Amino acid sequence: MAGRYRSPLTWNDVTPRSLYLNRRQIMAGSGALLGAGLIGNRAQAQDLEPNTWEEITNYNNFYEFGTGKDDPARNAHMMTTQPWSIQIDGLVDNPGTYSFAEIMDGMTVEERIYRLRCVEAWSMVVPWNGFELADLLERVGVQAGARYVAFETLNRPEEMPGLRFPVLEWPYREGLRLDEAMHPLTILATGLYGEPMPNQNGAPIRLVVPWKYGFKSIKSIVRITLTEEQPPASWNMAQPREYGFYSNVNPNVDHPRWSQATERRIGGGLFATRQDTLMFNGYEDEVAGLYEGMDLAEFF
Amino acid sequence: MMVESINRALRRLPPWAIYVAAALWASWMFYLGATGGLGVEPIEALEHAYGERALQLIVLGLAVTPLRRFLGINLIRFRRAIGVTAFFLVLAHFAVWAVLDVQSASRIWADIVKRPYITIGMAALALLIPLAVTSNNLSVRRLGSAAWRRLHMLVYPAALLGALHYVWLAKGFQLEPMIYLGLTLLLLALRFPALQTRLAS
Repeated sequence: MAGRYRSPLTWNDVTPRSLYLNRRQIMAGSGALLGAGLIGNRAQAQDLEPNTWEEITNYNNFYEFGTGKDDPARNAHMMTTQPWSIQIDGLVDNPGTYSFAEIMDGMTVEERIYRLRCVEAWSMVVPWNGFELADLLERVGVQAGARYVAFETLNRPEEMPGLRFPVLEWPYREGLRLDEAMHPLTILATGLYGEPMPNQNGAPIRLVVPWKYGFKSIKSIVRITLTEEQPPASWNMAQPREYGFYSNVNPNVDHPRWSQATERRIGGGLFATRQDTLMFNGYEDEVAGLYEGMDLAEFF
Repeated sequence: MMVESINRALRRLPPWAIYVAAALWASWMFYLGATGGLGVEPIEALEHAYGERALQLIVLGLAVTPLRRFLGINLIRFRRAIGVTAFFLVLAHFAVWAVLDVQSASRIWADIVKRPYITIGMAALALLIPLAVTSNNLSVRRLGSAAWRRLHMLVYPAALLGALHYVWLAKGFQLEPMIYLGLTLLLLALRFPALQTRLAS
């Protein structure tokens, strides 16, 4: 007979997965996945202590749900993420509307612990789960003339209260050069800390480009288009002087309104000290070659 | 009727209550920030909380005269406390920015010189200093009423710069800073004699 014993413990007493997964074990496991590239970068292993689940899911820029940092955590539950599909079109061999399951079919989901540097000069370390964008692009077949990849976020005003106000020109758009999109560091993330992606972080599937400012890593993607011309990008359209198409993390090129030389890692509390921002957010060895010969102050 | 009861209620409130309430609120916010109560990024949260409250008080201070002239609500007794409190909150906002946020003298200076929205914020703070220093009866007597009034008109440019400071630092086109700027412009416009006579008649 059930109900004879009532435990004084409730589900609230269970240690969250994010805590019982020892962070250092996660790091050890993913170190292999991150590959040899990071080994060359000195002293960055201890730099990669992930932020907590609480921090990652309560301090977000997702203007479709409001411009406050806690608005997405408050409002994003309104977004329907099932069913979900992505329209893949433009210069591809197999255009079409792919369901989330079709996209995930055959993809190898890995854990990638990446630094995330916001253009607003704060940063986090996030243990993403995702697969390389290149794997998806290869599957749909990129045609010879394609030079850029354009992305679009869901645009559903009845579920996204922030869309009522024209903070930006909706839908949110972003783009990458094809070689940036095909780079092994570039992933489509579908989860964090081994859990499905929370809505406020861009469920069910989002881009993560760790060497660029966070706004390039577009959330809740519904469309991917291969193009010949450089596609429009929302922040770049709104303020081209402040937000370049490339928007690579660069401590030497300031935002017109604030310095990009330093950043504040979220989680240090009221007395956290600033730390120096790293070139390409610490991924210089991996990605500097993409921009060889380019004046990064001009193509910021 | 309603105006009268509002005024009656206000008469029972001593002006020093504003100082006490503001000091308690500012300390409470600091305590929350230090103990995790302001979210995962307490520096920015505290900086914005002090700054926004200061702007609200400056707007309220500008509203005192129009409220009495057009609606008959009398807040004159509180105006000095409102203004001085606003100044101290601007100072707290600056202190959080300088000490907890930017953290280095060279970066503070670089920001003030290079970043226009910070430059005008600093200018607004500087304009408020003589006002705070002379917000006492002795100064009114020393300066004489007319000169004192003229000096305290500095709050007009200070308010405008404060509101612009907020608009300028926002990313994208945001509503809230626009509301403060709109209110400030409205309250300043009400000072123009032409508009005053039209509204009063």
